[in-house]
Amino acid sequence: MVAVPGTPDADGRADVEASKPIWIWRWARAAYNEIMLLLRTSSGRIGLPLIALHLFIAIVGPSLTPYPHTEFHLEHRLEGPSLEFLLGTDQFGRDLLSRILSGATSIITMSVVGSAFGIAIGTAIGISSGYKGGMVDEVVMRIMDGFMSFPGLLLALLVATMARGLEIPLMSAQFEEKVFIVITIAVVFIPRVARVLRSAALTIKELEFVQSARLRGEPGWYIVFREILPNTAPVLGVEASVRLSYAILLASSLGFLGLGVQPPSPDWGRMINESRQFITTSTTFTLVPAIAIATLVIGINLVADGLREAHQLPKETPQ
Amino acid sequence: MARFFIVRISLIIVTLLFVSASIFAMTEALSGDAATAALGQGRTDENLEAMRKKLGLDDPPHVRYLNWLGGVVQGDLGESLRDGQPVGGLVFTRLGNSLLLAVFAFVVGVPTAVAVGIWTAVKKDSLIDRLFSVVSLVAISLPEFVTGVVLIIIFSTTLGWLPSSSLVQPGTSPLSRPEILILPAITLMGVLFAYIMRMTRANVIEELDTNYVRTATLKGLSYRRVVFRHAVPNAMLPTISVITINLGWMLGGLIIVESVFAYPGLGRLLLTSIETRDTPLLQALALILAAAYAISNLVADLSYAALNPRVGLN
Repeated sequence: MVAVPGTPDADGRADVEASKPIWIWRWARAAYNEIMLLLRTSSGRIGLPLIALHLFIAIVGPSLTPYPHTEFHLEHRLEGPSLEFLLGTDQFGRDLLSRILSGATSIITMSVVGSAFGIAIGTAIGISSGYKGGMVDEVVMRIMDGFMSFPGLLLALLVATMARGLEIPLMSAQFEEKVFIVITIAVVFIPRVARVLRSAALTIKELEFVQSARLRGEPGWYIVFREILPNTAPVLGVEASVRLSYAILLASSLGFLGLGVQPPSPDWGRMINESRQFITTSTTFTLVPAIAIATLVIGINLVADGLREAHQLPKETPQ
Repeated sequence: MARFFIVRISLIIVTLLFVSASIFAMTEALSGDAATAALGQGRTDENLEAMRKKLGLDDPPHVRYLNWLGGVVQGDLGESLRDGQPVGGLVFTRLGNSLLLAVFAFVVGVPTAVAVGIWTAVKKDSLIDRLFSVVSLVAISLPEFVTGVVLIIIFSTTLGWLPSSSLVQPGTSPLSRPEILILPAITLMGVLFAYIMRMTRANVIEELDTNYVRTATLKGLSYRRVVFRHAVPNAMLPTISVITINLGWMLGGLIIVESVFAYPGLGRLLLTSIETRDTPLLQALALILAAAYAISNLVADLSYAALNPRVGLN
């Protein structure tokens, strides 16, 4: 008998799955539930609005700037906050508010995209390797260990410098340098994510539903992506938020060391580096980007704490 | 025991080989080499060729790598491509300076972090506990360069208590002016302090909730004795692995902190060596960092086994 969507089946239940075939609905519901869970924790109640504010700035910020972010106001150099320049000005009299607003987009997109790639590839490697086990797992994990034997920032510096030399055809220089930072973040994250997800997969693959999928004769990719992956969701969620906060630390640190987005595009990390020589004249020049970075990372870390609290996961150790 | 050491030390050697080979491959892939970096704008095809010959860059890459490796085995780290000085000497003083900073931060920071962790665990949910949980959240969230500049604003430019730059005369040890160590050490320790404190607190709270601690309390032991003789030693086990994992983190932090405070250590040398494509110098520095990282992991496992009789060395 063929099941007709929406008609009661043998147990008398309406076939809800089939009557609402749009998977986006399920995702939206899951996201909504997750946000509601988060809002029940005190960390989430502070963290989510902070992130929302930064996301808002990242999306609409560049069009809200009171001045063009590259415009010099040489008669107003290194000024503190005033009505004319709400957050003060930098060494060329450029409006700091405008520079912060237009710098938000690049650091947030680079970190989000970089972590997304790192997490996606790392998860695929980690879960498959953990599921497969044996020799393959051994070899893959030794290679990951090899990459992890570089302190993260050293690896990032090398990859960032190396990538800087490459030239990708059909890409503008401004876009290219962002791509390199995205690659750097992803490369640093892959082995670390793979490790965490592998250990999650090792536990899950022993569970009954995975065994029965195997007995049904499901192919390996199906078990990895349709049985194990969805069940790593809580681990993955926490890992994603932790990674995102590291990504912002990494991207801004690279910017601070001069390997970020190049001038005249504003980069929060580089702004702090530039402000250091004027620190005796103007503290706002240093404090404004510092607060921008701090509130963003604090927001993400609070959400990570909230997620752990909501799903009762143990606190993570740093890597 | 002997087997354990043989396996672990050979693993460390394999790791270091892997690190050096990948760094060599990466510097090969960098655009430009030491010759183009040294000549800068004034290069022509002829002097570039001559410079490459002089620096030994005209051999194929694998020959250069094996030559370098042969030297390292004999204790010769090669010469800097930039000024021809032996890398060993260059690295040695800087390594001393970095170690000084790291050890200072570690020796002061770790015991304080553990103490605060125990204190906040015992005073769970008190005002002081909440205060420290906010402080630790902020410390974890700030990148080292932000903590560094904020500390400079507070303690150097506003209060004028401590110097904002840790520059010393070339050839003198930072110990000649110990006050320059304080701000870099606090910055370096910030994140670690927070992690170690949170970890200690969580573990002590967990141990205080166990049956054997209740037994100890009920049989009439003083609270102090229950905490320090029963709960804390057990709580320290997982904390120790966090502390040692953090050593690796600290190495990355060093690069940033040294750059913020212009401290004459390995990190700044590393940044210069990447800029000038100085492969032998970069190799040596990366090897030191990776070796330190590998050794700290070994120390982690050893101390874990020493503290926990249930864990064997296998």
